[in-house]
Amino acid sequence: MIGEETRPERRLLDASRHTRTMRWVMAIMLFLTVLAAALGLGAWAASRALDRQLAGRLTVELVEANPATRDREASEVLAMLRGGRNVARAEAVDPARLATLLEPWLGAIGDDPDLPMPALIDVDLHDANDAAVTALQTRVQRIAPAARLDRHAAWMAPVTGFMNLLLALAGGIVLLLALATGTVVVLAARAGLETHRETIAVMHMLGSTDVQVARLFQRRIARDTAIGGAIGGIAALAVAALVGTRLAGLGSALASGAALSPAGWIALALLPLLFVVLATLAARLAVLRALGATL
Amino acid sequence: MANIVQFENVGLRYGTGDETLSDVSFTLASGAFYFLTGASGAGKTSLLKLLYLAQRPTRGVIRLFGEDAVTLPRKRLPGFRRRIGVVFQDFRLVPHLSAYDNIALPLRVSGVREADIEQPVHEMLTWVGLSDRIHAKPPTLSGGEQQRVAIARAVIGRPEILVADEPTGNVDPAMAERLMHLFDSLNRLGTTVIIATHDIQMLQRIPEARMMRLDRGRLLDPTGELRHPPGRGDA
Repeated sequence: MIGEETRPERRLLDASRHTRTMRWVMAIMLFLTVLAAALGLGAWAASRALDRQLAGRLTVELVEANPATRDREASEVLAMLRGGRNVARAEAVDPARLATLLEPWLGAIGDDPDLPMPALIDVDLHDANDAAVTALQTRVQRIAPAARLDRHAAWMAPVTGFMNLLLALAGGIVLLLALATGTVVVLAARAGLETHRETIAVMHMLGSTDVQVARLFQRRIARDTAIGGAIGGIAALAVAALVGTRLAGLGSALASGAALSPAGWIALALLPLLFVVLATLAARLAVLRALGATL
Repeated sequence: MANIVQFENVGLRYGTGDETLSDVSFTLASGAFYFLTGASGAGKTSLLKLLYLAQRPTRGVIRLFGEDAVTLPRKRLPGFRRRIGVVFQDFRLVPHLSAYDNIALPLRVSGVREADIEQPVHEMLTWVGLSDRIHAKPPTLSGGEQQRVAIARAVIGRPEILVADEPTGNVDPAMAERLMHLFDSLNRLGTTVIIATHDIQMLQRIPEARMMRLDRGRLLDPTGELRHPPGRGDA
């Protein structure tokens, strides 16, 4: 039957240079699509990693000129925090480490008793929603009215925002490439209809249905997309793997966070299959629509 | 015999020109043999196009197999077309398919299994004398050979109506005789045959055939009862 995968059926639409061109067009499309998707997934992974690292993390700053008062407040706040159910970890920052951190800006200050240094407490919360942080701030300020809470997520917000921008950009590129692929398929199907006009007219006169004719084009375009997609997809996955290896070698926490998970690699590998489905549907619709205008 | 085709006041106009066919009315009896004659440009091919549903009329009524073919929904056309075998004047073979695959095409279109296709196609190739040209593609076949492949393709599905437009135009007299015998055999099996031709010799080969004459788009002899063209003594 025409609808089945038989060799004579494949011969009905004779092979031409068009087929080879279509495969390379699809290879390029899928190469770009998989790369864009890899960028998006990497940005998403990095954004998630940042969120995981920073979401519940904050620093309590106790600004008090009197060292004795500051030390007392620090002890009380630390004790209060360690007793809190929502607090996973509370750790006073060593003043010596703080002095080391400030040394590039203020010089050697560790031994200067006249320079007031804030007491810092690093805190990890189980749940860092706004209400929980506000409640914690109230409790801290009951002990130390001048205390401030610095949420790490707030100062990393621009980085997270940039990662989300990259994700949106990559998603947009993938969508545009899918649209372009669909358009290329529609144009190829129309060109194919024109090229094989005589054959299709004969088939119609012999009693072929539009769906039978559409299947011929669907299968050819699906095969071209599958072959081109495999070439482009494998090349893009290789490039993504190479870039991932280079990122891992940077030693940056942010770069490491961009590494793709196994699910991410599977999603990338499935993209060519999705495009095969997309191309098949686009070809079917284009052919059925064009044939619908004939007798 | 019941009527398998009925034309009532059918008119056909291409674009805005004069009518190619005007007020054509006739009926074809099921299982009968008809010749359609007329000079070149008389409208024979246009009338056949209406018969094999390649064209809708501008006006009038066409009934095929008891149903109105003019208002027939497009999705039902394939089913009707499978019941009509057509030998086109220009053969319309698929050039990149072998003789075998061209002849097998109607069966494949109809969903016949590949295993059930081989035998009838070989029989048909033998019937039209092309069993040694099974793998040949149309461009490598002579005009007569192409015509025989086209005829084999038209009849392999055992159509209820066979429509042939100048089917012996490119073959030698011996082959023409053979093909006419083929059409006659098919007709005896129950197929209604209508052949457009202006070959007077061909008309003599099927004595019981009826003849319809077209002249400038008008049917002169809608009954098909006249055996010979005007001027040959019977008119």
